[in-house]
Amino acid sequence: MNGTQWAFIGVFFVLALLFPALPIVLGHFMGPRRPNPIKNDVYECGLKTYGTPWVPFKVQFYLFALVFLIFDVELVFLYPWAVAYGVLPMFAVFEGILFILMLAAALVYAWKREALDWYEPTMPEATD
Amino acid sequence: MVTTFLFGLIALIMVLAALVAVTNRNLVRATMGLVLVLFGNAVLFVLLEAYFLAMAQIIIYIGAIAILIVFAIMLTRHVGEDWGPAFHRAWPWALVIAGGLGGALLFWMVRWPGGQNTPAGQVDPNYVQALGQALVNPQGYVVPFEVASVLLLAALIGAIYVAWGGRRVKGPYPQRAEGGER
Amino acid sequence: MGAFLRDPSVLVEWLRALLMSWGLSAGLTELVLYLLGGFALATGPMLWVIFLIWFERKAVARFQDRLGPNRVGKFGLLQPFADVLKLMTKEDIIPEGADKPLYWAAPILSVAGVLLLWPAIPLGLGIGGNLNVGVLYLIAAGTLGIFAILLAGWSSNNKYALLAAFRTVAQLVSYEVPMVLVLLLPVLLARSLNLQDIVQAQDVWFVVYVPLAALIFLIVSIAEVGRTPFDLLEAESEIIAGFHIEYSGMKFAMFFAGEFLHAFTIGILTAVFFLGGWRGPGADIYPVLGILYLWLKGFLVYFVVVWIRATHPRIRIDHMLNFSWKFLTPLALTLVTVGAVLDKVVVGWGVWPRALAHLASNVVVALVTLQLVRAWARRLPRPKVGEPRPVARPQPQTQPQPASGD
Repeated sequence: MNGTQWAFIGVFFVLALLFPALPIVLGHFMGPRRPNPIKNDVYECGLKTYGTPWVPFKVQFYLFALVFLIFDVELVFLYPWAVAYGVLPMFAVFEGILFILMLAAALVYAWKREALDWYEPTMPEATD
Repeated sequence: MVTTFLFGLIALIMVLAALVAVTNRNLVRATMGLVLVLFGNAVLFVLLEAYFLAMAQIIIYIGAIAILIVFAIMLTRHVGEDWGPAFHRAWPWALVIAGGLGGALLFWMVRWPGGQNTPAGQVDPNYVQALGQALVNPQGYVVPFEVASVLLLAALIGAIYVAWGGRRVKGPYPQRAEGGER
Repeated sequence: MGAFLRDPSVLVEWLRALLMSWGLSAGLTELVLYLLGGFALATGPMLWVIFLIWFERKAVARFQDRLGPNRVGKFGLLQPFADVLKLMTKEDIIPEGADKPLYWAAPILSVAGVLLLWPAIPLGLGIGGNLNVGVLYLIAAGTLGIFAILLAGWSSNNKYALLAAFRTVAQLVSYEVPMVLVLLLPVLLARSLNLQDIVQAQDVWFVVYVPLAALIFLIVSIAEVGRTPFDLLEAESEIIAGFHIEYSGMKFAMFFAGEFLHAFTIGILTAVFFLGGWRGPGADIYPVLGILYLWLKGFLVYFVVVWIRATHPRIRIDHMLNFSWKFLTPLALTLVTVGAVLDKVVVGWGVWPRALAHLASNVVVALVTLQLVRAWARRLPRPKVGEPRPVARPQPQTQPQPASGD
């Protein structure tokens, strides 16, 4: 049963890529093509882009991704537990809850260390 | 038959993507090569009927780790402008060692009798439930399960400490300008 | 006809027999059937999008006391077709310095990421997705969309686009945590990752069991789509159009179609997880009816999403991130913990008592949360209404200091 489902998804994956690709290719050939340096310029408000678009970003982005990664890994562990929930004895449920509490501890730590705060130099202080 | 063909195709794509990931000087493209390799890996898991593992592979490796890598790349200065030598000058030696190890592994894998075994049978459709039971079973993997959570907590603490530099003051930026409204 | 209504698989059997009679091998027949099925499953949503675009424009216009499209066709129904034609014949501009392969890949991935959600969705009894890791499949398919945005932002060689891509990914990543957490509850209540099983388990809709979880799921889904209260990815006033700023013609249209389809898809997913999916009177006997029920429920949720879009202003990025990490995530953690403990106690109580016990626990959690939020809000310094607030003060202070807020 599952094998056929996945075979279908495999076929559908190819179709899902083709379906949007087709109109895009079609549009590419149907539209006019008169490029000129000004038209092809990168959009900017009145000026040429100053420097490269590669500006180093805030460290916060990285921290959010980091905290997310930890949560993601832990949550994937929790799904089999939730599926098996019906056949688990009470103490096994509490083992899962202990796991969740560890997750909560991670959240509390990240919160207290202000890893979840967003600072803007020009922003009025976040209201918390 | 179809599975063998698909395996060959995906393996080929994975090898090519891995080459992109290693040799491309553009870091973002190299990351995309890595993502393709990881995705191919997930497809291989599906072919092996390890569906849960395949989904975990995509969610964790592509959904979280690859994004973390992209963020890390974007944080560095002068990305995409790194035109230094891509090859270490001892690369022939590295090739010899890597090729030798790979060849030895291949040699032993071909000779390993376990490779000839046929699958034991249909995969239990309730294997996710079985996995869940095993994870919290005292006779099973409950200790690794709980230790994993502690390990991840430690990883988070360490990562925040490293990224934040052990700072206790509020924020890396100056707070608001003098006399702003509250 | 009656047989088809009772069991839609006769259509597949009939097709299979027909193809076999043409002398196709068994493997090839299966492939053709998959292709046909895939075509149907992909065409349906893609055509539906055209209607959705019209509907949303019309609905939002009515909310804002406008008429909306009304020139092309009756009620402007043909407007989207005119738009498609127009976009089709627009020049395909590729900005200077763009990373071409990735620039092309981004809009395709953005639609594919949404379409790929569909094979997992159970459309009726025995129709549609029946994956035994369905929930995880949905989460995994969602990562494709994140990459589409990241690629679009990066390959455009534009500062605004890159900035938007980063904001967006930070947002999507932040809101995925409460989403994945809250989806544990339907899984826990149904004891299965299979979406078909989750629907079958909803003798009482899960929204009755865990209304808070349903609410969190809806909010988080809106954030995942990047709809209005959370549309920082295309904040027109700040970063112009966000990650698709450099896209034109059909590529731009694909981003748009992907967004609209995604908005409808989250309606369908909310229906599957919390509103009983395809279940409804008669859907057990006539599975085709189930498709209709699912569609209606999904459309209802979609309307709520449009309603929210038409009503709410955009929120600031720090508020948005705080809302996810400091409100939704702790709340979701609490809900999962409470649900896990409670369900062991009430599991033998029968359907309705069990549902009501869960409902009661949710009400308690909601009341406690409201109290906590209220206590927190009371501690906030707030400017008093009606007092003069200095907008910008001259540097050497000549004016007398206006009375401060507190």
